[in-house]
Amino acid sequence: MTVLGIENVSKSYGDVHSVRDVSLNLGEGERVALLGHNGAGKTTLMRMVLGLTPLTSGKISVLGMPPGSRKARTAIGFLPESVAFHGALTGREQLHHFARLKGVKRSVADDLLERVGLTHAMNRKIRTYSKGMRQRIGLAQALLGQPRLALLDEPTSGLDPISRHEFYDIVDDLSKGGTAVLLSSHALTELESRTDRIAIMSKGHLLANDSLSALREAARLPIQVSVKATPETADDVAAKLGGTRVNGASVSLEVQQEGKVSLLGQITGLGELVKDIDVTPASLEELYRHYSVPKQEGK
Amino acid sequence: MPTIAIARIELLIARRNMWVFTSLILMGLFSSVLTLAGGAPTGTLGIDPLLIATTSITTLSVYLIPLIGLLLSFDAIAGEAERGTLALSLTYPLSRGEILLGKFLAHLIVLGFAVAVGLALTAGLTIWKYGSADLNYLPLLKLFATSLALGAAFLGIGYLISALAKQTGVASGIVIIVWLICVVLYDLGLLGALVADGGGTFTKTIFPWLLVANPADAFRLINMPTDTVSTLATGLGAAGQASGFGPQLASLLLWPILALSLAWAAFRRVEP
Repeated sequence: MTVLGIENVSKSYGDVHSVRDVSLNLGEGERVALLGHNGAGKTTLMRMVLGLTPLTSGKISVLGMPPGSRKARTAIGFLPESVAFHGALTGREQLHHFARLKGVKRSVADDLLERVGLTHAMNRKIRTYSKGMRQRIGLAQALLGQPRLALLDEPTSGLDPISRHEFYDIVDDLSKGGTAVLLSSHALTELESRTDRIAIMSKGHLLANDSLSALREAARLPIQVSVKATPETADDVAAKLGGTRVNGASVSLEVQQEGKVSLLGQITGLGELVKDIDVTPASLEELYRHYSVPKQEGK
Repeated sequence: MPTIAIARIELLIARRNMWVFTSLILMGLFSSVLTLAGGAPTGTLGIDPLLIATTSITTLSVYLIPLIGLLLSFDAIAGEAERGTLALSLTYPLSRGEILLGKFLAHLIVLGFAVAVGLALTAGLTIWKYGSADLNYLPLLKLFATSLALGAAFLGIGYLISALAKQTGVASGIVIIVWLICVVLYDLGLLGALVADGGGTFTKTIFPWLLVANPADAFRLINMPTDTVSTLATGLGAAGQASGFGPQLASLLLWPILALSLAWAAFRRVEP
């Protein structure tokens, strides 16, 4: 079933069009990454889903309810970008407060503090917390009451790589429990294996919205193949495969998806001449650039 | 109950920020000093010493209670909007009215607590000095109840300013100006008008109503005994009694409602 439905939504402040005609749906347990430059309209879109910012046109529904309604807000967990709390409170007091507001037992809040690894610091004032620790409190409050929809705005900013890994484990658990997760991020590499769908926004437009493999296929970005030989044989290999020699001993090739298997056959056919092979599909960075840059220039 | 949750966390924050402590010291100190110092003439005048004390404290409260009320409230909305904590609160299932009411409850409790401790000290010190015989506690209770109403009015005004200003720096400047106007400049203006009028129609018909329209003045009038003592305290008081008890009470009760309603209306238009 559709948890979040966004239909032809636009938002403009006078002449500034922050979001233009965006349509996006999230089903139960779906993990969707929202990508875009600063000012692409990601945060505005999330604020409209939360009911904090009124829509200029279009329609948003959260489990069939209008955004900002009490029921919709009960169903949503939200982690704002650069989350802020009252520094005079301890982490535990702050989370207990949010638990009361959501009508969740305080023992659940304590469990969540442990889940995000903050039990050791929970009785310290938030003003003594590092950015990463504040981010964890933010994540914990977003998880209160098992939300049906989680909106996470730049959730991994300020987290170190290990914390990021733990964060995505939590997102996976949420998704397995049926929560639809919409998260925005700048750190593209970590999203590759951790999301079901990628939505790319630029200047208020939604430019792409599909699974990573489908986006790759549609973009037809070449696969990079790097063959390692020896300094003596590299020219020979380059001539036989039709690639260019790089770094003295390696040969670099580009191939489309359908030509990949036959190329690999050709390479293995060279036998002893080849020391190693690296096959790299188009990265999310390249895809992101492919989808967001040309259309911007066209405008 | 979201209102209670908000009130609870605000009380905790007020305690951590030393607001409870500060207002307590302020009210306690001034009440004690005024009770002890103000008691000097009572023996010869033969007036209830508690009455003398409450009169002194009333004069002081006219300045202090609006100040404490405004200081407690000016940051309530602007500060949260600026820090970014308001946006997160508003994504939770609670209305802006509930947030405002919760903060109001907490701040009124802080204020009420400070006033209660101050007045309890007054009562205690008076009994210690003069014994408990022949004391009339009614003015003390009246002073407490009207202090709450006066405080509530200025809390509401503070929230209104906080919601309209959207920046704490701006809000703090405005509340000081509002405080000056309400407790000092307004009375000075009226005095000037009285002098210029020289006892004409303005003095008899318009002036009493203008005086009672200011909650601080209504508070002063309602707590000043109408006989001998009033002339000790203020020249404005005697002339102002013309409006009577009803309008004074109405002013003190309507101001909190009006200010809070306006604050709520302004808060509803704040986009976090």
